[in-house]
Amino acid sequence: MIRNLAISASALAMMTAAPAVAQDIDVKLGVLNDRSGTYADLSGEGSAVATRMAVEDFGAAEKGLNVEVVSADHQNKPDVGSNIAREWFDVADVHAIVDVPTSSVALAVSDIVAENNGVFLISGAGSTNLTREQCHPTTVHWTYDTAALANGTGAAVTNAGGEKWFFLTADYAFGHSLEENTMSVVEENGGEVVGNVRHPFPAQDFSSYLLQAQGSGADVIGLANAGSDTVNAIKQASEFGITQAGQSLAALLMFVTDVHSLGADTAQGLNLTEAFYWDQNDATREWTERYEAEMGSKPTMVHAGAYSSTMAYLAAVEAVGSAEDGAAVVDKMREMEIDDPFFGKVTVRGDGRAVHDMYLFEVKSPDQSEGEWDLYNQVATISGEDAFLPMLEECDFSKK
Amino acid sequence: MFELLGIPPQVLLGQLLLGLINGSFYAVLSLGLAVIFGLLNIINFAHGALYMAAAFVAWMLLNYLGIGYWPALILSPLIVGAFGMVLERTMLSRLYHLDHLYGLLLTFGLALVIQGLFRNYYGISGLPYQIPDVLSGGQNLGFMFLPNYRAWIVVASVLVCFGTWFIIEKTRLGAYLRAGTENPTLVGAFGVNVPLMVTLTYGFGVALAGFAGVLAAPIYSVNPNMGEQLIITVFAVVVIGGMGSIMGAILTGYLLGIVEGLTRVFYPEGSAVVIFVIMAIVLMIKPEGLFGRPA
Repeated sequence: MIRNLAISASALAMMTAAPAVAQDIDVKLGVLNDRSGTYADLSGEGSAVATRMAVEDFGAAEKGLNVEVVSADHQNKPDVGSNIAREWFDVADVHAIVDVPTSSVALAVSDIVAENNGVFLISGAGSTNLTREQCHPTTVHWTYDTAALANGTGAAVTNAGGEKWFFLTADYAFGHSLEENTMSVVEENGGEVVGNVRHPFPAQDFSSYLLQAQGSGADVIGLANAGSDTVNAIKQASEFGITQAGQSLAALLMFVTDVHSLGADTAQGLNLTEAFYWDQNDATREWTERYEAEMGSKPTMVHAGAYSSTMAYLAAVEAVGSAEDGAAVVDKMREMEIDDPFFGKVTVRGDGRAVHDMYLFEVKSPDQSEGEWDLYNQVATISGEDAFLPMLEECDFSKK
Repeated sequence: MFELLGIPPQVLLGQLLLGLINGSFYAVLSLGLAVIFGLLNIINFAHGALYMAAAFVAWMLLNYLGIGYWPALILSPLIVGAFGMVLERTMLSRLYHLDHLYGLLLTFGLALVIQGLFRNYYGISGLPYQIPDVLSGGQNLGFMFLPNYRAWIVVASVLVCFGTWFIIEKTRLGAYLRAGTENPTLVGAFGVNVPLMVTLTYGFGVALAGFAGVLAAPIYSVNPNMGEQLIITVFAVVVIGGMGSIMGAILTGYLLGIVEGLTRVFYPEGSAVVIFVIMAIVLMIKPEGLFGRPA
């Protein structure tokens, strides 16, 4: 009784105080990603869960922000994604779109977000074009991009003696971008590209492409694909004796869920670049525990990115006092000093690229691994300046 | 040494062989579809989902009951086949007097439900399933390294395909089956239990999909979408071969596997569509399919 009284008293106090202290700001976030296809585990419902956790941890309600989170499945199809994005802006009054893996979809959505002056918080997509050829003042590319992957895994593998590369590339925007970025990193580091093959996305049988890679005389087969494509390619490479014959594989984009699916047996020794690993420090472990309680699996860097970018976005909205002007909110994000529990010091650049450290990991061998999710050893930290491409002059939207 | 369009013969031979391996999956799956369509007139869209379910059943047998690959190769198709018979008895049998489209819609819906259930419980990333020890490793054929397991796939699928063809086309049981679909009333009058036969046939067609699913488990990622990606291609194979033609389905399966394999060398970007291009051409020139009889 007394407790209830106290609550109603404080509620009353808040109600009377509200107009003076906190504004009543409506914010609607739309989490748009693959919820049923090949990228559903690495983004999917997990990103929606992470976004809602961010809203809660930010204390949106106490700060006068009425945040609503909606989500939808873009099925990895640009037309489906575009339609949902348009509907969200035109009918549902969404202010920001979160996640959007599959670069072809993200590129389409980024234009729509810009047209509607919303905010695009990208976590799942990797194409560098999102902050280059197709840059917009409303885009924030948070978690990783193909250049960072190339500068991480590509450089590490080339410097470790893998000089001749053959690329096995998913035939869409993301694969092309990753292949192009890695090629230039390989060449910068004194390596050579001896060939490539582009496979349909998604694919199941890679034996034919692997045979072509084998015949190319390359030291390294670079897998410029993701999700189940990468898993299948690695599985079949081991079946066809490719690694035993002396060629090595470089999985340019691999998430902890993919490594888990392969098992430490098959994946051991692979180098990979990520922005986040659940077992990195106390903050990541604590958050992972809460996340896992809801999702039943460990989070990927895409989930962590959805969480952190939402946190930063909400802080900017609070500072601006409204979510209506997307470009203004992104401007505020550029000015803010962001010290994120997972990504460390983050700077949102003029072109929308969020610059932070990336990490090079090596997959543990089964003897080292103490559990089914105990998978990575951290090998190196790549500073943000080294990981991401320099900004293009024409994409600098920061207020000068 | 001769070269064809800049491709060395070793590579070409390797790709032909790989095409044959992939064709094995097409052959077994399209055979199941052809049996079901030829004898029941049902366009079984749940085929891919049942193929996937069998791969999962093999995984479950191993992980929950410790039953390995070889027993699973028999058990899993039986389990999935039995499940198929339940579906036929409880749902499909109500639709025989209606247009084909109703069966197609029902099985399509079932496929989505089955996939959704597996996705809900096992996620999308896939589960690991190891190649049995006897078949790990491989042979160096000079032009390529052939994993023993892939060689086994070709052998197993050829045996199953031609065994099925033999039963349906050359035995007394097969004659009953064919007669039963031609004129169920008359065959029933001879004392043959036609509904039971139909149920068993559906179960058998589904078991064929299950067999392919277990064959696929060790080499492809066992995930809920594995059937969805395959089923459309397999339907194209059946259409090209001629709906309902048993031998047509088998031969077209192997043939298109090879065509697809070659496309992966000459123009990899087109490998996902080449089968559909062929389907369009065949439909224009010979609408009843390569091996089909004109209606």
